[in-house]
Amino acid sequence: MLAVSDLLKSYPSPEGGRVEIVRVSAFGLAAGAQLALRGESGSGKTTFLNLIAGILAADSGRVAIDGTEMTALGEPRRDRLRAEKIGYIFQTFNLLQGYTVLENVVLGMSFGPGADRAHARDLLGRVGLGHRLDHFPRQLSTGQQQRVAVARALANRPKLVLADEPTGNLDHKHAGESLALIREVCRENGAALLLVSHDEGVLSQFEQRRDFAEINAAKGA
Amino acid sequence: MTLPLIIYRSLRQHALSTVITAGSIALASGLLMCVWMVKTQSQAAFTQTTTGFDAVLGARGSKLQLVLNAIFHLEASPGNLPYADYEMIKRHPAVKAAIPIAVGDNLRGYRLVGTLPELFQTVEYAPGKKYTLEAGGKIFDPDAKEAVAGSFAAERLGLKVGDTFHPFHGLVYDEKNQHAETYTVTGVLKPTNTPVDRVIWIPLHGLQTMSGHDPRAATDVSAVLLQLRAPTAGFMLDMLYNKQGNRLTLAYPVGAIIAELFQKISWFDQVLTLVAYLVALVAAGSVLASIYNSMSARQRDLAILRALGARRRTIFGAVVAEAACIGALGAVAGYAIYLALFAGVAGIIRTQTGVVLEVFAPHPVLWICPLAMIALCALGGVVPAFKAYRTPVAETLAPVS
Repeated sequence: MLAVSDLLKSYPSPEGGRVEIVRVSAFGLAAGAQLALRGESGSGKTTFLNLIAGILAADSGRVAIDGTEMTALGEPRRDRLRAEKIGYIFQTFNLLQGYTVLENVVLGMSFGPGADRAHARDLLGRVGLGHRLDHFPRQLSTGQQQRVAVARALANRPKLVLADEPTGNLDHKHAGESLALIREVCRENGAALLLVSHDEGVLSQFEQRRDFAEINAAKGA
Repeated sequence: MTLPLIIYRSLRQHALSTVITAGSIALASGLLMCVWMVKTQSQAAFTQTTTGFDAVLGARGSKLQLVLNAIFHLEASPGNLPYADYEMIKRHPAVKAAIPIAVGDNLRGYRLVGTLPELFQTVEYAPGKKYTLEAGGKIFDPDAKEAVAGSFAAERLGLKVGDTFHPFHGLVYDEKNQHAETYTVTGVLKPTNTPVDRVIWIPLHGLQTMSGHDPRAATDVSAVLLQLRAPTAGFMLDMLYNKQGNRLTLAYPVGAIIAELFQKISWFDQVLTLVAYLVALVAAGSVLASIYNSMSARQRDLAILRALGARRRTIFGAVVAEAACIGALGAVAGYAIYLALFAGVAGIIRTQTGVVLEVFAPHPVLWICPLAMIALCALGGVVPAFKAYRTPVAETLAPVS
């Protein structure tokens, strides 16, 4: 499902030269697999997810999603691939504040295979927000906003779900519920899940766990 | 539905600036259409309003003043001419019809014009159109103190058949200068949409001999309205009166003389048009500034859309389309501004001159101007759209960890 090789990302250093943030020689994830990556803040794990999602261009290396080499595609096709095959749950949810709950989900779908309002409604009902379709994100609790972000990420039935500290803004009780929901819906859809976190409580719930430092050989991260 | 939804939500999120910007577009569009329509219509109306006459004969002086006084019932008369001159031109073989008029009195600001009943019986004020009276009316008796009121004057003064009035001396209303004579309204003309509507017509003899008027001028007339048998007759009479003679003035052709007036005031028209163009440019600039200034606040939303899979060109198109939508909202509201402005200006022109301008008359400017405003606004949206196009997704959404 996901194959990464020789991936490199660096940024210019204020002192001159460049600082490596991500250097991953080989990394893979099978279809339907659920893997948690452990990493401290500043370790480059968000950059790694952004490189996989194609919203950040790598200096070099390959990222292949479901057999398609994303890094070889032009930007428009990369956008299309992301919209169709990747669901991304951001740490800060990144909901569109001026759009309703339903619109947030439908809009996410419309860039991919197409808007399906009925499916969006079903999914929001599935995450317990069927009665909040016309509410705006600011009218929801943090936990509810997180569930909207989950519904949006899963609405296109993606092959790969990327989750960046998805419970970082939630209390212990809601974090557990949300994590269970993400994993359950991924399983139902047969989607691979790659989650990054520094929270041991979250990481301990995954059978497959790895330290990001093991796979990231970047010197500056 | 993606693009319309993005545009709609963006307009809603920035509702205040949307309304203000669309308002400025509306003002520009309405002003441009109004200036253009008033200019073209008034020019056409004035140059085509001859009330059926080809030429005007009057005292030596300005042709324009003569036409304005005799045809449009504006300005003062350049002077009188003896009745013999009227009789002479009436008998001229090149003249088909000659109608004398005399001016010098008013009824509460509306001119009294003395003339002959033939004006209403034989003259066509427009091709195929003769003067007709409202039901129950009749033309005045040339030897009686009777009057026929133009439709607009009758409406404004509340005159109807059987009403009586005392004329006032002079062209400007002064309640202290009331004449002793009592006139009775015998008819009200149906609207003609010409300056005739603003006049109260009385017998020529009545005006000439009104109490207080100079008895030595009791047979003089202010002007003679002429219908010619052929256009060449006009040039012949022009030679006779204007070039060979030095006592009278022949204003011919009427339309060309009014066109000269518009040429003289064309600078004013150009200034108005320039102001309207500037307003349009400022409005388009305000669209640019309004959207551009909101870009910082919107960058996160744009980055989220990009992260969800929206292409750069989708984002670019959404911002340009949003600017065009603001232009379209303004263009629609511009029609309301246009209607209000035009109604006001047309009302003033009708009151002052009797010339009627049609607010709903079809003209290309009524669709070209709104479309141009929309295009201008879309153009104004290109700069902020380019900024949106270049939004860095990862950097905007979260700092590098």
